[in-house]
Amino acid sequence: MNVGVLAIQGDFAEHQKALQLVGVSSFEIRKLSDLQQSLDALILPGGESTVIGHLLHETQLFSPLKTMIDNDLPVWGTCAGMILLARTIEDEQKSYFGKIPITVKRNAFGRQLGSFHMTGTCSGIGEIPMTFIRAPFIKDAEEEVQILSSVNGYGVAATYRNVLVTSFHPELTDDLQVLKYFLQRSQENARENMSQFFAVPAFA
Amino acid sequence: MENRYDLNKNLAQMLKGGVIMDVTTPEQAKIAEDAGACAVMALERIPADIRAAGGVSRMSDPSMIRGIQRAVSIPVMAKVRIGHFVEAQILEAMEIDFIDESEVLSPADDVFHIDKRKFSVPFVCGAKNLGEALRRISEGASMIRTKGEPGTGDIIQAVRHMRMINQQIRRIQSMREDELYEEAKNLQVPYELVCNVCKDGKLPVVNFAAGGIATPADASLMMQLGAEGVFVGSGIFKSSDPKKRAQAIVKAVTNYNDPSILVVVSENLGEAMVGINEEEIELLMAQRGL
Repeated sequence: MNVGVLAIQGDFAEHQKALQLVGVSSFEIRKLSDLQQSLDALILPGGESTVIGHLLHETQLFSPLKTMIDNDLPVWGTCAGMILLARTIEDEQKSYFGKIPITVKRNAFGRQLGSFHMTGTCSGIGEIPMTFIRAPFIKDAEEEVQILSSVNGYGVAATYRNVLVTSFHPELTDDLQVLKYFLQRSQENARENMSQFFAVPAFA
Repeated sequence: MENRYDLNKNLAQMLKGGVIMDVTTPEQAKIAEDAGACAVMALERIPADIRAAGGVSRMSDPSMIRGIQRAVSIPVMAKVRIGHFVEAQILEAMEIDFIDESEVLSPADDVFHIDKRKFSVPFVCGAKNLGEALRRISEGASMIRTKGEPGTGDIIQAVRHMRMINQQIRRIQSMREDELYEEAKNLQVPYELVCNVCKDGKLPVVNFAAGGIATPADASLMMQLGAEGVFVGSGIFKSSDPKKRAQAIVKAVTNYNDPSILVVVSENLGEAMVGINEEEIELLMAQRGL
C-alpha cells in the first residue's frame, strides 16, 4: 500500500511519520510530476486551508486530485483537510474538492485561545485523544454522512463513501487508531474495486 | 498549563512550510491572505520604515490590529517590545493568535525577557544562536525564528544565524552524554533542553527564518538551510509589485528544492526592495535581547 500525502503546506511530515510507524509507505505530493506514482489512498494534512487551497490551483494539482477523489480514491482530511473536502464552507462562496456533503465552519471554536485537547469517543474506533487547533466543525450534514464523533452537538469526525474527515489532529498525538481505521477502510475499498475489476468470470 | 504549551507548539506546526507576512493595513492583510500567507504579522510600520524613522517603536494600536483580525481567517500575530509583559497582556486580552517578542521594536527591558509561561497565547522569539533559542524556549516560547537583520533586504545575517543554530545542534549530537552538562553550562541553558536537542537533532519547537528575506531565492535558500518556513517583513510591501512578489515567495517556499519552479516564480517580479548592506547599518537590531 502506498499513501500520497499532500505536502504543499502544514503538518504533512507528522502524517508521514505516523504512516512510517504503522509500516505503510508514503510519498509527498508537491507538484504535478509527483502524481506519476500510483497511490492507494490520499491524506490532506492540517495547515492553513486558504494557503493549501490557493496552492492546489497554482500548482495545477487541483484537477487531477479532484478526479481521483471523485473516482472514490480513499481520502482523509484533518482540520484544513476537512475544509478542503467539504461541499460548503460557511459564509463563503467557494469550496474546494466538495466531495462530502457537509457544511463546515472555519475556526469554529475561536482563535488560538479556543484551541483545546480532550479525550473523546469516535464510533467504530473507540476512545482517542483529540487535539483541536483553531479547528473547524461540521455545522450541517446530509443524511448519508455518518457522524463519528461530536463536541457540543457539532460533528468533529465523519465518513461518507471514500471520505474520512476529522476536525482534530490524530497525527499530533502518539495514538494511531484513527490512521489504522483509515488504512483499513482504504484496503476494503481497494478490495471492492478489485472485485469489480474481476467481476467478469474468468472461464466464461 | 503544560497542555496549553503543547497546543501552542501545535499551532506553530500548522504554520510549517508557510510564509508569514508583515502587514500594516486590513487591505495588505487581505492581499497577503489571497497570495497564500499562512499568517500575518500586524504592525504599524514595517521594519524598513522603523529603521528609516528612528525613535522608539512600540506595540501597534489595538484598533489597527483588530481591523486586521476582522479582515482575514488566517492566524494574526503582533509584536511586543522585548521584556514588555504588559504589551503582551494587552495582546492576549485581544485574543491574538501569536505574540512576537521582537527585537524589531525598541526593547523595554535590557535584562529580562517576558516570562512567557505565564501566558496562554503562544510566543515566537528571535535567536541568532542555539543558546538564545534554548533560553527563549525555557522562558516559554512556542516557536523560534532567526533574528536576521530586519528591514534591510540583506539575507546575510539570517543565513549566519540559521547556520549557527544548526551547526551547534550537530555539535551537540556528536557529544558523549557526560559532555552535555558542560555544553549546557556554556550555552547558559537548562540541561534537559540540551538533552532533547541531542536526542532529536532539532529544536523542540518549530524554527522559521526571518530578517532580510526579499526574493523567492532568499526564501528557498533559508528553507534549504533548514528553516521550516519564513517570515517576510519589508520584502513584500516595499517592493514594486507586492501581490506578485508575495505569491512568488509562497510558491518558492513550497517548492524550495525545485530550481525549475524557482526560475518561473522569479521572473518579472519588478523591483525588489532597495535594501541596505549590513556594513551600512547603524542600528543592529539582532544585538537586542540575548
